[in-house]
Amino acid sequence: MRIVCPFCGERELGEFTYLGDAKPQRPAADAGEDAVYDYVYMRDNIAGVMSENWYHGGGCRSWLKVTRNTLTHEISAVEAAAGAGAAKVGA
Amino acid sequence: MKYSIFSLARAALSGHKTWQRTWRDATPKDHYDVVIIGGGGHGLATAWFLASEFGIRNVAVLEKGWIGSGNAGRNTTIIRSNYGLPGNTGFYELSMKLWERMEQDLNYNAMVSQRGVLNLYHSDGQRDAYARRGNTMRINGIDAELLDQAALKKMLPFLNFDHARFPVQGGLLQRRGGTARHDAVVWGYAHAASALGVDIIQNCEVTGFVRDAHGKVTGVETSRGRIGAGKVGMAVAGSSSRVAAMAGMRLPIESHVLQAFVSEAIKPLIPGVMTFGAGHFYVSQSDKGGLVFGGDIDGYNSYAQRGNLPVMEDVCEGGMAIIPMIGRVRLLRQWGGIMDMSMDGSPIIDRTPVDGLYLNAGWCYGGFKATPGSGFVFAHLLARDEMHKEAALFRLDRFQRGAMIDEKGQGAQPNLH
Ligand SMILES: Cc1cc2nc3c(=O)[nH]c(=O)nc-3n(C[C@H](O)[C@H](O)[C@H](O)COP(=O)(O)OP(=O)(O)OC[C@H]3O[C@@H](n4cnc5c(N)ncnc54)[C@H](O)[C@@H]3O)c2cc1C
Ligand SMILES: [Zn+2]
Repeated sequence: MRIVCPFCGERELGEFTYLGDAKPQRPAADAGEDAVYDYVYMRDNIAGVMSENWYHGGGCRSWLKVTRNTLTHEISAVEAAAGAGAAKVGA
Repeated sequence: MKYSIFSLARAALSGHKTWQRTWRDATPKDHYDVVIIGGGGHGLATAWFLASEFGIRNVAVLEKGWIGSGNAGRNTTIIRSNYGLPGNTGFYELSMKLWERMEQDLNYNAMVSQRGVLNLYHSDGQRDAYARRGNTMRINGIDAELLDQAALKKMLPFLNFDHARFPVQGGLLQRRGGTARHDAVVWGYAHAASALGVDIIQNCEVTGFVRDAHGKVTGVETSRGRIGAGKVGMAVAGSSSRVAAMAGMRLPIESHVLQAFVSEAIKPLIPGVMTFGAGHFYVSQSDKGGLVFGGDIDGYNSYAQRGNLPVMEDVCEGGMAIIPMIGRVRLLRQWGGIMDMSMDGSPIIDRTPVDGLYLNAGWCYGGFKATPGSGFVFAHLLARDEMHKEAALFRLDRFQRGAMIDEKGQGAQPNLH
């Protein structure tokens, strides 16, 4: 698996760190315990195409949003994650 | 068929042509008291304990491929009970005790080999942590020995004691730990369960749940038709989220790939199991002579049963750090397996919010050693509808209650456990 970073180009996997599914969103401060529990612990654990957060620590140190198929490891899109690191500078 | 020295001698005299199939490849009936989904070690062990210990023999194990085609046949076969936290410590020791009598119980040679599991330490801080873990084990009646460098030099003279960054200073040894032949564990449970009437049904993928008007699960839809069930138990390691989704449930689990590696065969070198304490590398030597080793999971969600090169490099670097001479050994084979990584790194055994559906999941990369214990406590839950005391902390709602069992203290980040 290689990831094409929008800032650095195609790089080997070892340069990146994985955070996980990009779908869970931090609930509002007053959202209540169930919403926080859901956000922190529960996952769709998709078998198929998933949107994920990756960090390019061995390169530009940007957070990236990667669209990847968990059944095949095929990557169909890589974008800068909204509001993160080099994304701000580049945009 | 009963196995003994006599059956072996008889078969040997007839050129080993008289061996019979060791278990029945069954076709599905309309209804069972209990249906277990997943013919890995845990599913088969559960069925055997249901039949042998709890008197429930109208049981089917449904496996989408062939039995042992999942993690049961892909793991690095290490068994141990050196856990430090309440919940895990007692459970894994229960499992270890069941390993010690498994071959007699099943009348099957599972090649259980208690040749020791040694965790190396490389700093004073790590020594203290291991001493603490060893003490936890000992006050729970589990064997543990803290060895210093002098003791290790006698035992394993080839270790890299003078590594510049991670010198081997000593290790925590559990002598009763070791390895078992993974395929034989699967076949042994199949053999013994089948003899008690359990139906083992292969090429039978569960594709949905049958539910009554109250939502209770009353059966499963499969690639071989509908099968009715009094109760359904899931033991589908790695696929738990996918199967749970068919019942409308989400789980605190991510599926990740772990790789394993085997080298060409060499003369006996490594007497037991060894782990590197400053990176992630563990190794044992198989009876055929190959070094069997592994390390970290690849770290991203995957259902592909296929690993990547950076982890391979990392694992091999870990090996080189403690045993430099293995750099001359060639790698023979490598593969991957998909495991449930839970949010605290510990397993989940419980009823589910769906009536009639029971869950056995979240075994991470350590579920092989749990096979007999997991089968026993899951059978207990299915038969009696109450948790066995050694599994009482593995509840599904522990995340909601803040009662996590997080051995590594990593928090809710499955790829770090
Ligand atoms: C490379 C590797 C090394 C490991 N090393 C160790 C180790 O050294 N020590 C240790 O303790 N643990 C180890 N583990 C972990 C251990 O292998 C697993 O935790 C354990 O095997 C899981 O339980 P199981 O045997 O029941 O799983 P599996 O054998 O995976 O059984 C689950 C079964 O469910 C079936 N299934 C899935 N979906 C369906 C469906 N819809 N319908 C019907 N059937 C279905 C699958 O085909 C599979 O056969 C390792 C794992 C891997 C991948
Ligand atoms: Zn980059």
